[in-house]
Amino acid sequence: MFDLKKHIKATCLDDAIALLIENPNARLIAGGTDVLIKLRHGKKGYSELIDINGLEELRFIKQDKQNNILIGSGTVFSDIIQSDIIKKHIPMLSDAAQSVGGPQIRNVATIGGNICNGVTSADSASSLFSLNAVLVVKTQGAIREIPISDFYLGPGKVDLKKGEILTTIIIRPDDYMGSFGYYYKYAMRNAMDIATIGCAVCLKVKHHILADFRIAYGVAGPVPIRCLKTEKSVTNKKITLKLLDDISRFVAHDVSPRTSWRATKEFRMNIICELSKRATKKALNRAGEGL
Amino acid sequence: MTDQGFREIIFSINGKQRTLYIDIRSSLLEVLRNELGLTGAKEGCGVGECGACSVLVDDVLVDSCIYLAIWADGKAIRTIEGEAKKGKLSKVQQSYVKEGAVQCGFCTPGFIMASTSFTEKNKGESVTEDEIRKAHAGNLCRCTGYQNILKAVEKSIEP
Repeated sequence: MFDLKKHIKATCLDDAIALLIENPNARLIAGGTDVLIKLRHGKKGYSELIDINGLEELRFIKQDKQNNILIGSGTVFSDIIQSDIIKKHIPMLSDAAQSVGGPQIRNVATIGGNICNGVTSADSASSLFSLNAVLVVKTQGAIREIPISDFYLGPGKVDLKKGEILTTIIIRPDDYMGSFGYYYKYAMRNAMDIATIGCAVCLKVKHHILADFRIAYGVAGPVPIRCLKTEKSVTNKKITLKLLDDISRFVAHDVSPRTSWRATKEFRMNIICELSKRATKKALNRAGEGL
Repeated sequence: MTDQGFREIIFSINGKQRTLYIDIRSSLLEVLRNELGLTGAKEGCGVGECGACSVLVDDVLVDSCIYLAIWADGKAIRTIEGEAKKGKLSKVQQSYVKEGAVQCGFCTPGFIMASTSFTEKNKGESVTEDEIRKAHAGNLCRCTGYQNILKAVEKSIEP
């Protein structure tokens, strides 16, 4: 038995928002793969739930007329893996989705939950950071859009106010068209594990020049992070093996990993530098650059 | 909602329609085992890591220990108990027997449901060993070393 005091099923998105406002102590539950485990472990603050599990309104992957790719927050990871739109346009997001948990988890866990949970290790988060994803957050009578890099306020804390729900993740055409990406998850085992380090790279190439470079990490700091200084230093440089070495040296100054029971700070730093090279190389290969 | 913590759910279990009045706090696994006496699905870890509690909900493989029972409302649930039809094992079950893919048996009901989901999804297609391994990555077995399970799945997918 889960230590549940109150459970209200929302009939639609607007109903869920109204219920959140009416019940200030309640939290949302979608796939339940985080919330139910917290409840089971007796964590406080989860005993009143507003249930949006299986709400079709939030479960979609589509491309609009402006070629934005829109992903509903209630979309489960298996949907992302199977989506032709994602396979065709953002294969790196497919990589990331495949690295989440195991099949049973991917069948129920939602991408919105993965983000709103606020953890640095979320496989979808670092990828979405490198894709400059924009989050659409809705409440009664108001909608706001937040770049994902501004959404994380601290470990387990995201920029959601009372009565707000993340509804959609937008990926703009500028950020995926002509871009090639790769997500590299380093963990002790291939499945059912949390990333020791996750590294997402998204880049554009023009005449063997790195025209655009975006690199993001999970578990390299208290929240997912972009390595903006590194990106600036290597953009518009000729693609060479030396450039890869430069990237791996530069990223060390953009990150702040820590020691936990999973890995030491020093080991994480080593992985961070190595993965920057490997993920960049894979993304370059996808872009047709043989290195 | 004045339901005093209980709610009615209507769902189908292994093809049979059932109506139950359940505690909103229960997991699907608890309802299967304690209310319906279907003790095939096991509780291993209780946190969605071992897959011993795997069942199919509308043909989607889920860990029933981290699935609220009220979510089963209106759904079709399949468990290991419904796989053998008229005393005849399913092809997946038969393959597990043939390949000796069972030792202590605790993980087997969950594994069989994972294999069933995988074989139904990939009917008539050729699959790689890697795909089989990936599709069973949410199930743990501490006895067999997985090799015979892998062979059993290969066998169940043969036409």
